[in-house]
Amino acid sequence: MFAIAQKLREAGVLGLNERNCELIMRLNPRRLYPRVDDKVLTKELALKAGMAVPELYGIIRNQGEAKEFAAIVAERDSFVIKPAHGSGGDGIVVVTARSQRKRNTFRLATGALVSEAEIKHHISNIVGGQYSLGGYPDKALIEYCVRFDPIFSAVSYQGVPDIRIIVYRGYPAMAMVRLPTRESDGKANLHQGAVGAGVDMNLGETLTGVLDNDIVDEHPDTGALIAGLRIPEWDFILQSAARGYEVTGLGYLGVDMVIDRDLGPLILEMNARPGLNIQIANCVGLANRIARIDEIHKPDAKPVERARIARREFAAERQTSMPFDT
Amino acid sequence: MKQQYVFGLAAFLAIVGLSVFGYKWQMLGFPLSKNQQTPVWTVEAAISFDSGPGSIKVNLLIPTLTPGFRMLNENSVSRGYGFSLNYGSGGREAQWAIRRADGAQTIYYRISVYEDPGFDQLDTTPPFPPSPVINEPFKTAVDVIVADVKEHSADPASFTSELLRRMNDPSPGTNVELLLSDAGTRSEFVESITTILASARIPARMVHGLQLQGRQRNAESIAWLEVHDGDRWRYFNPITGEEDLPERFLIWWRGNEPLVSVEGGSNVQVSFAAQENHLDTVTIAETRAAQHGTRAIDFSLYSLPIQTQAVYSVLLMIPIGALVMVALRNMVGIDAFGTFMPVLIALAFRETKLIWGIILFTVLVALGLSIRFLLERLRLLLVPRLTAVLIVVVILMLMISLMSHQLGMETGLSVALFPMVIIAMTIERMSVVWEERGAVDAMRAGLGSLVVAIAAYVFMGLQWLEHLIFTFPELLLVVLACVLLAGRYTGYRLLELRRFKVLVGR
Repeated sequence: MFAIAQKLREAGVLGLNERNCELIMRLNPRRLYPRVDDKVLTKELALKAGMAVPELYGIIRNQGEAKEFAAIVAERDSFVIKPAHGSGGDGIVVVTARSQRKRNTFRLATGALVSEAEIKHHISNIVGGQYSLGGYPDKALIEYCVRFDPIFSAVSYQGVPDIRIIVYRGYPAMAMVRLPTRESDGKANLHQGAVGAGVDMNLGETLTGVLDNDIVDEHPDTGALIAGLRIPEWDFILQSAARGYEVTGLGYLGVDMVIDRDLGPLILEMNARPGLNIQIANCVGLANRIARIDEIHKPDAKPVERARIARREFAAERQTSMPFDT
Repeated sequence: MKQQYVFGLAAFLAIVGLSVFGYKWQMLGFPLSKNQQTPVWTVEAAISFDSGPGSIKVNLLIPTLTPGFRMLNENSVSRGYGFSLNYGSGGREAQWAIRRADGAQTIYYRISVYEDPGFDQLDTTPPFPPSPVINEPFKTAVDVIVADVKEHSADPASFTSELLRRMNDPSPGTNVELLLSDAGTRSEFVESITTILASARIPARMVHGLQLQGRQRNAESIAWLEVHDGDRWRYFNPITGEEDLPERFLIWWRGNEPLVSVEGGSNVQVSFAAQENHLDTVTIAETRAAQHGTRAIDFSLYSLPIQTQAVYSVLLMIPIGALVMVALRNMVGIDAFGTFMPVLIALAFRETKLIWGIILFTVLVALGLSIRFLLERLRLLLVPRLTAVLIVVVILMLMISLMSHQLGMETGLSVALFPMVIIAMTIERMSVVWEERGAVDAMRAGLGSLVVAIAAYVFMGLQWLEHLIFTFPELLLVVLACVLLAGRYTGYRLLELRRFKVLVGR
């Protein structure tokens, strides 16, 4: 037991207690949490900083406003409803289309058809606080549904694959791509059964994937190889993530991005308590990279420079990536 | 900096807690385990006499300094008499007085003592006694004996032994025979010894005590010899000359004065009765603390009303359960619903007992969950829905109670002790997790809660721990210190070792 702990320590694996104690409590002052916990505020701040975010169609702030749902979505066929204070992707509904015959029946990303009444009930639940931490009344956001870039279409089962980047003191430290599966119900959350794939920080290229703590080479539903996919506009993605530090002020930050077919990389949300599965996806411990960043940290470095340093410092060792010509 | 602050605070709390604990345990004798009992002797002196026509005044010498024993309490039983305790020349005296009384009277004085072998009260160092005035021919005899014994001894102790040996010699010399011609009783014998010792300028006195054993109806007081060697009082068996004090020898009074004197009465008789009882050690420790004048007892839970004590004996175990929960969640890494939900469930388990508790809890949550899924279809708003779940839980508890009562299983009634609000919240949380993350996650967290609750129950049910915390509530500071340290624990959780196993060796 202690031998394993010792080995993990040597491999620089970060544990939950250490993350909570040494990173979150030290670097993330609680007063800054609203900037990431409230997705409306995150969006405003990101927009102000000139970052690309999915367009906000409207906000439903209380039960009475739920009836404005139809007016907000107007004639749009696809949109996403999410709680402003949700966590772990809970409470997010992705509507991809409308029924052919009835305009007020919607088709979800999962393929299910739901009525407008059902969606309104879901919005009531969101506003009532079912998905917010502590059950406080919440707001529901209705925003642009990302049409994701075909880069990951072969390794995703429905839903939107996203890119999670851990930013430590402004430096992108580690990244992974989260690929929805049938089991994850189209959601890109690892603990719900999505596949996580590590990313080479230098090239922006996927490494092997991880499903439920096991290493996988192929996507469980599509069978396509996970490794070797080159993420477009990687430079821009890293810079956006690095900029997240200036926007939020959080020293330990998770930035979630998606790549839209037309709009390019967009910031979906940011997280003040990013999980540790990213280590498994990358087969690398986070603590070593954090120690390295502490060494090279310069307080006046610009986001662009920090992104460049991250590419240089955290390139994956090539032999761990899968050969993709087999 | 922050780290050191936490360590410092934890160390401070632990030291304070442990030192108060140590003081109460070692110095005041609070017992570490439950139902520890100490033998307590209740000795009763009964004074009976026939009252005369006028006012009556009764004086009884009572124990003052009792090496090897501590007094627990004393009281007097007498009808219509005024009672007071005084200090006389020979030590403490009990005094009863009444204006007039008719017929035969009996007055009781009762004292409870318990053994404490290490107990030795501060006694005064007496001045050298003045040479007693002795008439001839006894004076010459005494002088001869003193001179002779002095030849064969080195200090007061050996002088006393040598003197006693001579005085008890089966074929004594003429001097000894002369001195002992008056000494009919043992007391008179000891008295003459003290006279000889006084001639040799050795402070000595006669002590009268009772040898306590089991239950005695008519205990006899035995005279013993006490000699001061310039440093401390030493005890000598006047017959054998050996220096010792019999086991469980309660010294009642010292000196030559009579035990009791009654003015205005006749036919005075004193009899002693002794009885051995067993008393909870806690009670004795409390009395001792009160005698010490320490404040420790004022803050003891034993001073609270019994009902409140019962409440606190449960409440004080909650921190223990919470500590177990902290360990299981932050060091082992078990998932559970709600922060304190498992501890409160464990609290309910105390009443229902474990097996029934688990069955009832599972049934309640399972039924509640299925009804909660039905409620989901009604699309209720959050707060009304939570309230509906709460009402359903109450109804379910009622039904389980009624049904088990019908079936004659009275244990089912204890379902009422489950914290219903907590159960309702658990059901709500569980159903949300079920929908969001799937049945596996919901079951895992539900099972985790149950495991933590069972572990907390096991620890909260440890009798010795409950007694320890209740008797030494300051140990909660130690628990607090442990929790503070756990709050800065940055090592891996046990289950993380498995989770991150793939990363080993990379």
